[in-house]
Amino acid sequence: MIRTSRTLSAVALTTVLALGAAACGGPATGTSDKAVELRMTVWTSDKDQLKLFDSIAAAYRADHPDIAKITFESLPFADYNATLTTQIAGGNAPDLAWMGDLSKDLIASDALVGLTDTFKATPDWKYDDLLDSVTAEFSRDGTLYAYPFSNSPYALYVNTDLLAKAGQKIDPAGLTWDKVAAAAATVHTKTGKAGLVIRDFDYKAWNTLATVWTGWGASAWSEDGKTCTFDSPEMQQAFTFLHDAAFKTGAMPGPGTTADFFAGDAAFTVAQVSRASLLTGSFDFGLYPLPAGPKGEYSVLGQAGMGVLASSKHRKQAAGFLAYLTDPENAAKLAQYFPPPRKSLLTGDKLAANNKVLKAAQLKDVVVDQLPGAVTLPNHTSPAEIARKGKTALDAMWHADADIPAVLKSVCAAIKPILAK
Amino acid sequence: MNGTRAAERAAAKSTAGSAAPSGTGGPAGPAVPARPSFWTTRRRDFLTGYLFILPQLVGVLVFVVLPVGMAVWYSLNDWNVLSGKQTFVGGDNYAALADDPQLPRVLLATVLFSGGVVVVNIALGLLIAILLNRKFRGATLFRTLFFSPVVVSVVAWTLVWGFLLQDNGGINGMLATVGIDGPNWLQEGDTAMVSVVISQVVRSVGVNMVLFLAALQGVPRELYEAARMDGANSRTVFTRITLPMISPTVLLTVIVTVVGALQSFAQIAVLTGGGPGLSTTVLVYYVFQQAFEFNNIGYGSTLALMLLSFVMLLTMLQWQLRRKWVFYED
Repeated sequence: MIRTSRTLSAVALTTVLALGAAACGGPATGTSDKAVELRMTVWTSDKDQLKLFDSIAAAYRADHPDIAKITFESLPFADYNATLTTQIAGGNAPDLAWMGDLSKDLIASDALVGLTDTFKATPDWKYDDLLDSVTAEFSRDGTLYAYPFSNSPYALYVNTDLLAKAGQKIDPAGLTWDKVAAAAATVHTKTGKAGLVIRDFDYKAWNTLATVWTGWGASAWSEDGKTCTFDSPEMQQAFTFLHDAAFKTGAMPGPGTTADFFAGDAAFTVAQVSRASLLTGSFDFGLYPLPAGPKGEYSVLGQAGMGVLASSKHRKQAAGFLAYLTDPENAAKLAQYFPPPRKSLLTGDKLAANNKVLKAAQLKDVVVDQLPGAVTLPNHTSPAEIARKGKTALDAMWHADADIPAVLKSVCAAIKPILAK
Repeated sequence: MNGTRAAERAAAKSTAGSAAPSGTGGPAGPAVPARPSFWTTRRRDFLTGYLFILPQLVGVLVFVVLPVGMAVWYSLNDWNVLSGKQTFVGGDNYAALADDPQLPRVLLATVLFSGGVVVVNIALGLLIAILLNRKFRGATLFRTLFFSPVVVSVVAWTLVWGFLLQDNGGINGMLATVGIDGPNWLQEGDTAMVSVVISQVVRSVGVNMVLFLAALQGVPRELYEAARMDGANSRTVFTRITLPMISPTVLLTVIVTVVGALQSFAQIAVLTGGGPGLSTTVLVYYVFQQAFEFNNIGYGSTLALMLLSFVMLLTMLQWQLRRKWVFYED
């Protein structure tokens, strides 16, 4: 009996190990003779955008019979990084991927294919057409690792109907944060609606506050990313402004209170230009560059890139398709949704050609004129860990009696070890 | 079964007896016993049994034993997920447990959350079961109402609670109607923990209620009648009859609720994201953060093994302690 049970156990274990080995086996080396299938992960689920990608892919496949299929896999934005890294860890990495704040980690880990040579070798791709200020974030040692397909500056959206109801008016010339905060507080007092909402911040995603603190000349860390500057006097002043707005004047809704500008619940919001698609026409709006801070005018940019993963079994084909997807002709098509990195496309008229919501003059003011000098949101390797640990420390800020300098010091204490890695 | 085996033995004996050589003309030599068949009934029974449990066995091996083994291996490595480089670091990840400044607060949050959920869930489940064990109009409706949250998706349930608990949400709105300025439930450490515990308990108390209800209905009526005749009051009846009689069910619900509380993830992830600060970051959520948000698979695996150890230790402890307080009728 014992022998039988041992034999059966051994058979079962062998079966399991064989199945496990088959499932856990690494990627096959070399390319097979079968036609190539490419997969690209994206975080958009917008039907029109996906339709555009599919149409460009179909046109590419018509000229490249070796490519049997190109799939755009839509992943939820909130879990995008975690899903992508899990796919990579599980040996199921896509061939191409969109990337935001994960780009630094991907580049530092040699997880991306260098694209400069491919782009330069593609006829009529016009590599020099790319704006330097937008390629810096995705470059290392002179090599571009991701095409910066979306460069959306942050702007100030104004619900002019709500302002009028509160007897307020905004003059875009000489607009400052103090003026915006004053008008926002008045709107809140007089209408009960929210004043200013930093979109996506929600007292959690603190890196979006760079859209404000940059006006005070503050930054989260030094340019080389090694020194925390969260406890600087400039940052203290910027957070004093934010804290007052949330807890003293009521210019900003406090933590735990939701107000959606695009649903008409707030007078102002800071959001990317690409969010204009959320405007439904239910109220009159204004769109302006970010207000000036004590240190003057500035611009902040949110970016996304497209890259080829080094773990792809079809790197060459993937890079070839990416070169096609981003050539001047297709870049112009993508520009209707995503502010492009190409100088030749960056005019108000060209951007407005396919834009149903914004006019050429608005796009010139908030995109074309802002991009060359824009800074990006704070980006670093280990972005999730920095964001989480910074948030944990910063939670102490969101109380009426917060000790602002002490909290900012605690943020530095929390993220310093990660910056030093 | 025994009859079959006896018949088999008898048949084998008979076969052996008739196996003497014949037709040789010489004197009959000593009988040579026939070689018994390998496939005895006993072996066939074993094989059948193993074949029946094989699918489950494969499942346990593939989805439990193998992952735990892999977690042990990962805990001994530093794995850069993005580059795919894995470096053996021995016990470094285990040593990191002692140096993790966040871990004490995470463990405290775990104890508070699990303790709160277990105590409130068991007490409330038992109370509701006792109340609904009586005969009154609408008892079935109330049972359905209390059980219905169990079948709701945990994420959907938690999202709704998130809206109710926000500063300008439904609960504070209701409190305002009676002149109470409610707290900012999810933004303060204490109220955030209370909020996730209540949200979890309201959703899951129906399971314990049903189990307790079944146990209560199994208590023999004559015991209550005898106690009443002896003049026992309600408290004595509950502590001397009801509680001992349903103690096996209490043991089961305690074990299941403790394990469930230690595994609660979605409530924390959706409702508070572990905040404010680390006030609601329980161990299972911390495992997720380290492994899948920060890509520290090695350290995340080490934490997961620590959680597994806690669950096993607590379950074993409760199982051993059952001798002290669980009453079995037989």
